[in-house]
Amino acid sequence: MVMTTHEEKMRTVRFRVAATPHIVVNSEVCRDSGCSLRACVYVCPANLFVPLDDGGILFNYEQCFECGTCYIACNQEGAIRWSYPDGGYGVTFRES
Amino acid sequence: MNAPAVRESFDVIVVGAGPAGSTAALLCARAGLQVLLLERGEYPGAKNVSGAAFYGSAILNELIPNWWEQAPVERYICRRDIAFMSSTTSVALDFHCAGEGYTTPPYNGFIVLRPRFDRWLAAQAEAAGAFLLTSTVVDDVLRDAKGRVAGVRVRREQGDIHGKVVIACDGVNSFLAKKVGLQREFHAHELSLGVKEVLGLDPAIIEDRFRLSGDEGIAYEYLGAITEDVHGGAFLYTNRDSLSLGVIGQVSSLVERRKRPYELLERFKAHPAVAPLVRGAKLREYSAHLIPESGWTMKPTLYTDGMLVAGDAAGFCLAAGLYLEGMNYAMQSGLAAAETAIDACRQNRFSARALGAYQKNLKRRNVSTDFRAYRHAPAFVNSARLQNLYPEVVASGMEQLFRVDGNPKRKILPLARHLMRQYQLKPGEMLRDGYQMMRAYLW
Ligand SMILES: Cc1cc2nc3c(=O)[nH]c(=O)nc-3n(C[C@H](O)[C@H](O)[C@H](O)COP(=O)(O)OP(=O)(O)OC[C@H]3O[C@@H](n4cnc5c(N)ncnc54)[C@H](O)[C@@H]3O)c2cc1C
Ligand code: SF4
Ligand code: SF4
Repeated sequence: MVMTTHEEKMRTVRFRVAATPHIVVNSEVCRDSGCSLRACVYVCPANLFVPLDDGGILFNYEQCFECGTCYIACNQEGAIRWSYPDGGYGVTFRES
Repeated sequence: MNAPAVRESFDVIVVGAGPAGSTAALLCARAGLQVLLLERGEYPGAKNVSGAAFYGSAILNELIPNWWEQAPVERYICRRDIAFMSSTTSVALDFHCAGEGYTTPPYNGFIVLRPRFDRWLAAQAEAAGAFLLTSTVVDDVLRDAKGRVAGVRVRREQGDIHGKVVIACDGVNSFLAKKVGLQREFHAHELSLGVKEVLGLDPAIIEDRFRLSGDEGIAYEYLGAITEDVHGGAFLYTNRDSLSLGVIGQVSSLVERRKRPYELLERFKAHPAVAPLVRGAKLREYSAHLIPESGWTMKPTLYTDGMLVAGDAAGFCLAAGLYLEGMNYAMQSGLAAAETAIDACRQNRFSARALGAYQKNLKRRNVSTDFRAYRHAPAFVNSARLQNLYPEVVASGMEQLFRVDGNPKRKILPLARHLMRQYQLKPGEMLRDGYQMMRAYLW
């Protein structure tokens, strides 16, 4: 198919998931800062940021492209701790 | 993870096996230096995304004559199509060149796929004698007693590796340049996010549909409403048996407009001018990566004691409307860094002062000169009127010019006046934009 849902897109990507997360979102900072922008929710190409009703964020690192967009877009100090996964882990593009 | 035995000290340590790093490592190895090339991906290219229209053929040809005969290339680019879009209309400039150097060696450009191309290029550096270590993240630099960069720390046991010169080719996020204080943190308006798909399609259909024969390829670039009100653009390139297409959006404007990049990608494929080109194609892989968009203004301090920065890490990506060229500048700056490192090793001098020759080498390789010349282009391209308004005006103007509905035909001047009223264009603003455009591209 030409037109695909986001889930269908993500299914084409290969990830070698590391045991420990390379990105950690401190949901308390999101909540306590009353972040109304929620930039992460919109910009993440892997759609990994799920907004919670209490103002926090639910995040899972496993299908991350390691692009860096979230930490560039978020303007709350300390909300996102970002690094690369261990060597050989994470996303592995085959075609792009 | 079991680390292969690594010697503890090298002449040159190159971080990142993208086009900048592999080219730098290749040249240093050929000069007889002990070179270590470090890459965090499972293989070179595993983390990398481009269009990719690669315009570095002539440069690579100097290093590896007739490189395209052995490299994994998709198609050579003999046609380019630049389209201004409104939501319903497209006005395009179609460039077709069968002349010398476009359809004959060294070929002006090739469409490539990064996981394959990068892997091949890194293998060339290895063949020249560089030591490639994949699945290895560099976390920091080492410093000697005087605070000079003297190697790198990798995330492995016994991870300290000494080197006389470190060349940081670690891409747009360059944590290394930031750690050393050569680069600042970026703002969301300086970076664009690219989301891309590779869609499989039968080669015979590709050749028919795009009017290509043999190894010919075409590169389409789109400006205007294709990204709705988000500042950015889109591209579509023909591979051998697939299409590469993607949407690029400035991060700050994605945030402001609350647009999800993959939804823009779907809308792009559904545009009436694009849908027939992608019909029947099947998704093979989705990907995403950042692009340093602001060129000259993102340039870090390019060198310090024991270290140089090249490629995207140094902001050497020309993303300015007519151009999206990063791979070729990555290679050119990689070469300039290598030349600097080779001289430094010959003279056994690694101070910032000695490595300052990098600036001269960048100029000789036409990197800093090009980026200086186009320093006004990124801001101009990202201005709201150019992004959203003018493509719409052009598309709507053409649409009215060609419309036949029994009403009297308008000549171009009255039509222009009508358009200015319709879109509330102010002559002063248009003059200023015209000047900005000329300053960005003409002189
Ligand atoms: C969607 C999109 C489309 C594009 N289209 C084009 C195009 O058509 N033509 C063009 O010329 N350019 C294009 N570009 C730009 C081009 O991709 C870049 O300018 C180019 O890849 C820069 O090369 P580089 O070697 O500097 O960096 P990269 O290619 O990013 O390579 C950096 C390497 O360093 C590795 N690395 C990073 N950090 C570490 C670390 N800490 N330890 C170990 N390894 C590390 C990475 O894994 C990577 O392999 C496009 C970019 C995008 C995102
Ligand atoms: S991660 Fe940043 S942008 Fe996202 S909700 Fe938290 S504070 Fe806001
Ligand atoms: S690095 Fe990119 S893919 Fe990963 S969570 Fe951040 S925005 Fe999403």
